[in-house]
Amino acid sequence: MTQSAVHPTPASPTPEGGHLLEVRDLHVEFRTTEGVAKVINGVSYHLDAGETLAVLGESGSGKSVTAQAIMGILDTPPAVIRSGQILYRGRDLLTQPEEQRRQVRGKEIAMIFQDALSALNPTFPVGWQIGETLRQRAGMSRGDARRRAVELMDLVKIPAAATRLGDYPHQFSGGMRQRVMIAMALAMNPKVLIADEPTTALDVTVQAQIMDLLADLRRDLDMAMILITHDLGVVAGVADRIAVMYAGRIVEHADVRSLYKAPAHPYTKGLLESIPRMDVRGQQLSTIRGLPPNLMRIPSGCPFHPRCPYVQQVCVDVVPHDLVLGDGRTSACHFAQEVRDDSAR
Amino acid sequence: MSDFETVAASEDQAARRGPSGEPGAPNQVGGTSTVTGRPRSLAGDAWRDLRRKPIFWISLALVVLFTAMAAVPALFTSNDPTNCVLARQHAAPSGGAIFGYDFQGCDTYARAVYGARASLLVGALSALLTGLIALTVGMLSGYFGRWVDAILSRVIDIVLGIPLLLAAIVLLKRVASDSSTVRIASVIFVLAVLGWTTAARVVRSSVITAKEQDYVAAARMLGASNGRIMWRHILPNALAPAVVVLTIALGSFIAAEATLSFLGIGLKEPTISWGIDINNGRVHMRESATPLIVPSTFLALTVLAFIMLGDAIRDAFDPKLR
Amino acid sequence: MFRFILRRLLQMVLAFFGTTLIVYALMFAGQGDPIQALAGERPVTAAQRAYLTEKFHLDKTGIDGFFYRYFDYVTNLLQGDLGQSLTGRQIGDILAAAWPVTIKLALIAMAVTILVGVTAGVLAGIRRASIFDNSTLLLTLLVLGIPTIVLAPLAQYFLGVKWQLFPPTAGAEPDLYALLLPGIVLGSLSLATALRLTRTSVAENLRADYVRTARSKGLVKRRIVGIHVLRNSLIPVVTFLGVELGNLMSGAIITEGVFNIPGVGFNLFRGIRTEDGPLVVGIVSVLVVVYLVSNLVVDVLYAVLDPRIRYE
Repeated sequence: MTQSAVHPTPASPTPEGGHLLEVRDLHVEFRTTEGVAKVINGVSYHLDAGETLAVLGESGSGKSVTAQAIMGILDTPPAVIRSGQILYRGRDLLTQPEEQRRQVRGKEIAMIFQDALSALNPTFPVGWQIGETLRQRAGMSRGDARRRAVELMDLVKIPAAATRLGDYPHQFSGGMRQRVMIAMALAMNPKVLIADEPTTALDVTVQAQIMDLLADLRRDLDMAMILITHDLGVVAGVADRIAVMYAGRIVEHADVRSLYKAPAHPYTKGLLESIPRMDVRGQQLSTIRGLPPNLMRIPSGCPFHPRCPYVQQVCVDVVPHDLVLGDGRTSACHFAQEVRDDSAR
Repeated sequence: MSDFETVAASEDQAARRGPSGEPGAPNQVGGTSTVTGRPRSLAGDAWRDLRRKPIFWISLALVVLFTAMAAVPALFTSNDPTNCVLARQHAAPSGGAIFGYDFQGCDTYARAVYGARASLLVGALSALLTGLIALTVGMLSGYFGRWVDAILSRVIDIVLGIPLLLAAIVLLKRVASDSSTVRIASVIFVLAVLGWTTAARVVRSSVITAKEQDYVAAARMLGASNGRIMWRHILPNALAPAVVVLTIALGSFIAAEATLSFLGIGLKEPTISWGIDINNGRVHMRESATPLIVPSTFLALTVLAFIMLGDAIRDAFDPKLR
Repeated sequence: MFRFILRRLLQMVLAFFGTTLIVYALMFAGQGDPIQALAGERPVTAAQRAYLTEKFHLDKTGIDGFFYRYFDYVTNLLQGDLGQSLTGRQIGDILAAAWPVTIKLALIAMAVTILVGVTAGVLAGIRRASIFDNSTLLLTLLVLGIPTIVLAPLAQYFLGVKWQLFPPTAGAEPDLYALLLPGIVLGSLSLATALRLTRTSVAENLRADYVRTARSKGLVKRRIVGIHVLRNSLIPVVTFLGVELGNLMSGAIITEGVFNIPGVGFNLFRGIRTEDGPLVVGIVSVLVVVYLVSNLVVDVLYAVLDPRIRYE
């Protein structure tokens, strides 16, 4: 048994002052016969070793596309990366040749997907699929790969792992399938794990189990994690920081505690007010009016202005820049201060 | 990119369904910025797509040409296809006989022109009969579900499991009559009895889809009878895919008729059929090949025209397959 | 898995009795003179009449007689005794001589289908909307639209008689070369269908979620397409090829007839032309059984290939 494969190697130091992973001013378009959809419009975020960043947003906000751009698994065409940088340990992945990027995938940055049933190959046993990465990437023998696959399945708490190696994805329950998916992603001891809506397809009780498992694994294996979700409830116990996305931009960025306490963007505020809370009685649940914007025709100025209760003329005319609010918080709103003060009240 | 087109199409359907589907329900979308472009219909898209396809125009032209040939053969030749003189056996082209004469001394071209009628008649009537069977079975099966569906689906499975040519041989061997009307009717009947299953499956699945849509539920709640719902709301949805399948089936029925006549168990003399002429031409191909090549070309072009036409329309209506 | 096969086997037995009953009823029931019906328009000699009466128990009448005769026929069929043709030869002997030729021809057609059809289909699926893809689509549409009764004689005329690239007819003891052209003609239809099916299947699977997963595992593209996509997209193709092999064996009537290949289809072709009723009934019955068995094999094959079916 290769010892190095079982235990994470100590992370090589990141360049001085740099982050483990950093997305800088990323622009992505989808070019279709219907027109050009501007899916990502200048997203920047970073991730340090050992932390969990939650990326929050509605479907179509660009959170998954950003993750796929990091992984280098965007379908091009129709996707086109217009500009920006994705720095991993200080090196720009976007300028690297495909072969080099492939080496990063799975080994440095791994990803798990929303719907494990379709994300796993239906015609191969799960043990084979977990072992495939080890055989292909780490050059393990069949026997070693199988033993390591059992260890990984034990690690993600699949009962009687050794007897289930030969089972096919459809023979597992939803939660167990997601665990298989996680085991597969952990095979090469990645430094960064991107979880794209890992619990959306699952029952509520199973959701909590999977989130706990992910949090435990992140801590035990000393990974950094990007948790992509549209569910604010999922984020609270797990994440260190939150980046809220809207129309392909990050509209608010803050540590979890201060964001929950006093959101500084009307969109975040709307999201928070639309989830029921245990501690407030007789609370009126509100919704955000309107629908997410058409990415082929993003509204002028602040893209949220057609739905915003704080809207003024300036919102229609001027694109808001990130307003730094202290504690590393930013909000892309002309009235960030007022919104935060309103929320804190 | 086709992903987006599919999404757009289904969104359009949803949009069209909206107002009539939920009478009185507030229009959620309202006047916000979310409406995607100007509304477009699936049929409009399909037509725009078809218009740009040369294959569509070529096959349509061929279909029109052969239909005209079947209806008024005298427009295409002034010679009598039954005027056969053995002295002209395999004679070179002369007069109106642009492709010369066959083994029997008949005008090859005139026979090919007059052969269109039997082919198209058998093809069109088989397709029509097939359509009636398929619509009835598919409609009952899809609309009522449960045991009706269970039984009819098994019947479809069984008929689908019968090898077409073998079954047609067995069935047609029983038809002793040589009268051309009886033979044409039997070929039509046999082809329809054996060939309706694919279309029935298509109808069944489109009925099941249509049945689950909101406006059908609304019609039912308003007290519409099963018959009315099927006739007014579901049939129109099932018709378009059925017509596409039947266009393609029409082509294969023409091929099947020619094959049976070729084998000598379909149409018989004195009916003029491409299948019979191809077989006769085949036997004498070493002496002269034109009596083989001419009806072969006519048959192939007709079958191709219908199959390509159906294929083009299906592609246009089903952007997923593009 | 075992239960699945058992269930399919049971279904096949039912289908066997159902189909043979239909074939039998259609051939014999309600005829004025069943012997004349068998013989068609040919005159029947007294000896033939006596043989057929005894063979098919035509002296027994009524519905009892019908079922008596039917079970007699099925028993004989299962024992391989197909009786005599009107020419006095044992149908079993005719078929024994014919099968090897037919199987050889079907295998050639199948090889052409797999080598050309499936390979081109995979390429077209990977390079969807390319020039290669569009031209193969058009070409297969042409092939699908041209009936065998056009393709076979024209291929025979141009490639065999006029340009003499292949022997125009096969003759009594055909070698592989003589069977090549008929094999290609026979296989062309399956080739076109297989190509289209493979193309669609590959193109669909390339867009499947599990491909994205395989990419995120850092696998090389060749492996993703060659192992993951192919394993999934070939399931319907293999199933189709299985059904097609059954069809090719029973469906070579035209091709064998045109190229004069002494296979099963050729004998059926001759039986129809010479109005040899017993020969036609015998061969059709055997072919129906072949068809049913090949369908069973295909179902089992499908279950082996697709784990989702296997454990249902």
